[in-house]
Amino acid sequence: MCTEMARSSVGYMSEAREMENNILLSVKGLQTWFELKRWGFLHAGFVRGVDGISFELGKGEAVTVVGESGSGKTTLLRTILGLARPTAGKITFNGRRIEGQHASDLAWLRSQVGFVQQDPYGALAPFMTVDRILREPLIVHKMNEEEQEQRITEAMDEVRLIPVKDFLSKYPHMLSGGQQQRLVIARAIILHPSMIVADEPVSMLDASVRVEILELMRKIQQAHNLGVVYVTHDLSSVRYFSERVFIMYAAKMVEKTTVREVVQSPLHPYTQALLKAIPDPEPENAGRFRDIPIGEPPSLINPPEGCRFHPRCPHVIKGLCDADMPPEFEPAPDHFVECWLYQ
Amino acid sequence: MMRKLNQKPKPIADATAAGPEKASGPLLKVEDVVLYFTATQGVVRAVEGVSFELAHGQSLAIVGESGCGKTSLARAILRLLPRNVATYEGRIFLNGTDIMKFSDERFRRDVRWVKISMVSQAAMNSLNPVIKLGQQVAEPLLLDNRTDKKEAFERARQVFRIVGIPLAFLDRYAFELSGGMRQRAIIAMALIANPILVILDEPTSALDVLTQANIMNALKKIKQELRLNFIFITHDIATSSELADEVICMYAGQLVEHSTADRFYRDPLHPYAQKLMASVPTLRVYKKPEFITGQPPSLLNPPEGCRFADRCTKRFERCREEPPLFVHGDGTVKCWLYERG
Repeated sequence: MCTEMARSSVGYMSEAREMENNILLSVKGLQTWFELKRWGFLHAGFVRGVDGISFELGKGEAVTVVGESGSGKTTLLRTILGLARPTAGKITFNGRRIEGQHASDLAWLRSQVGFVQQDPYGALAPFMTVDRILREPLIVHKMNEEEQEQRITEAMDEVRLIPVKDFLSKYPHMLSGGQQQRLVIARAIILHPSMIVADEPVSMLDASVRVEILELMRKIQQAHNLGVVYVTHDLSSVRYFSERVFIMYAAKMVEKTTVREVVQSPLHPYTQALLKAIPDPEPENAGRFRDIPIGEPPSLINPPEGCRFHPRCPHVIKGLCDADMPPEFEPAPDHFVECWLYQ
Repeated sequence: MMRKLNQKPKPIADATAAGPEKASGPLLKVEDVVLYFTATQGVVRAVEGVSFELAHGQSLAIVGESGCGKTSLARAILRLLPRNVATYEGRIFLNGTDIMKFSDERFRRDVRWVKISMVSQAAMNSLNPVIKLGQQVAEPLLLDNRTDKKEAFERARQVFRIVGIPLAFLDRYAFELSGGMRQRAIIAMALIANPILVILDEPTSALDVLTQANIMNALKKIKQELRLNFIFITHDIATSSELADEVICMYAGQLVEHSTADRFYRDPLHPYAQKLMASVPTLRVYKKPEFITGQPPSLLNPPEGCRFADRCTKRFERCREEPPLFVHGDGTVKCWLYERG
């Protein structure tokens, strides 16, 4: 009986699950809009960075958010981290609210969430040694000297920056790209967080190192039972990292499902196009053209009416797709898609 | 500016395919090209003794990790060199003519952009923001009075059509275009002087997946219709397969393997190429990707012998000496494992 009631409302279900303490992060109807101003004070519209996104992340679960540049992936991360202010919606982390809080009241969150940035060199202060970079968060969170030493050794060991002593006095520019990214990961886990948020952590690295870094993150995630939100534009790396995948297009989450489903039976026309566009290294590629929709993603200042993909969609239904925004449908268990084809 | 829109464009295909000096030999022959740079710490050996041939009608992909000398090789071919060059030698034959013997002025006038053009990395951000696109794209033709203005703009319209940009964009500025359109404009610029060889240096790496696939479609179409030769430089192995008949794999400034696309993407020869292929994550076929332990050697002071030996799982005694290029089947490989063919 209880389960039936739970199914009747998503909100109720998530509360029930939260009570079971399985949910680490819950995002409901999140909107992050940025106001545009003309001459600094006249309202000139909004950029809809994130426009109505809901999902849940279980404890120790890894999810991947895939989307093109400008689809709102990074804004979503920044909102979750409390770095951008949501316009509407609810975010709860471990049962505590994040949205609408003042930055100074979010200190608890900073120790709970680690952030792995896209460009490792840009994320590391060039004038600090490795030792100082890793010590910084520990000083902020007021740990004593002994504990600091222990945490630093532990974290560096974990990301395989060994022998630790050789690295401590180095500056970021003396490390290779892969080592820099390891250092960023070490900094992200040094406070023993329960969640890691990674914004394209491997896109700046060479192909031969990418897999190594992804595997390292996977190992750390499993060892510490961390929740991970991994943001990428590279769908082919997803299956080595997470179980679930969310596809974003023009500030909306158009498809949410497991990695296997997305590769074998993608439902949303955008996801289908994305899969078609990604080559595997095969010599036959040279002779064949890829059948993909032309055009560009819409402007987020003035998005099209109805489904945001309809101007490029090969299966567009006149009078429906260009008029009404599709709600979320569940055509298969645990496979959610925002597309009228599946109503 | 002239405005005869309904004038019938000249067919460009035949103009492109054959120069008067089209010989029976290879289109491009590169022999022992060496390019060293001076840096504060010493001499950086960016390209070391690279030799290869490219036949007419073939497209070549050059792959390798960042810092392996791919871009330096391209710049050496096009003689687009920075000031700190320490050594620049070797021979480069284009249709049988040794273009290394040309003076800088002759090279600029007769080779660069006229015979060989280039789309360089992140070029879409290098468009001039205050000059209209049409003017910028036509510029190579207006230089040295190569053609008159009218003809140059007619030609600009043709290349815009080829790369798939609406003709109205001729009168627009770069900031009005999306990234994909800007990249197409850059490709149009590389095509305008009817070159026989276009070097594409990471032409799509800054673009989104769908835009990238669209640009690759456009390039394939250009390759088929204009019978152009491409040299396609990228670190993205999966994308490189989109435009390759042959593949060159570089490691630490040296060419380590030159194979047909068929061979390279299925069953590469050099241990480095094998590892590189194994590290590519694939979407459709499940295989566990591997990674290469260690790092490529510094080009300031590369190790004696085979440069990959330190990271190679198949190394043996012989690897202490530098291997020459061995011929194996229809490819060449710089590895002692193939000493006996």
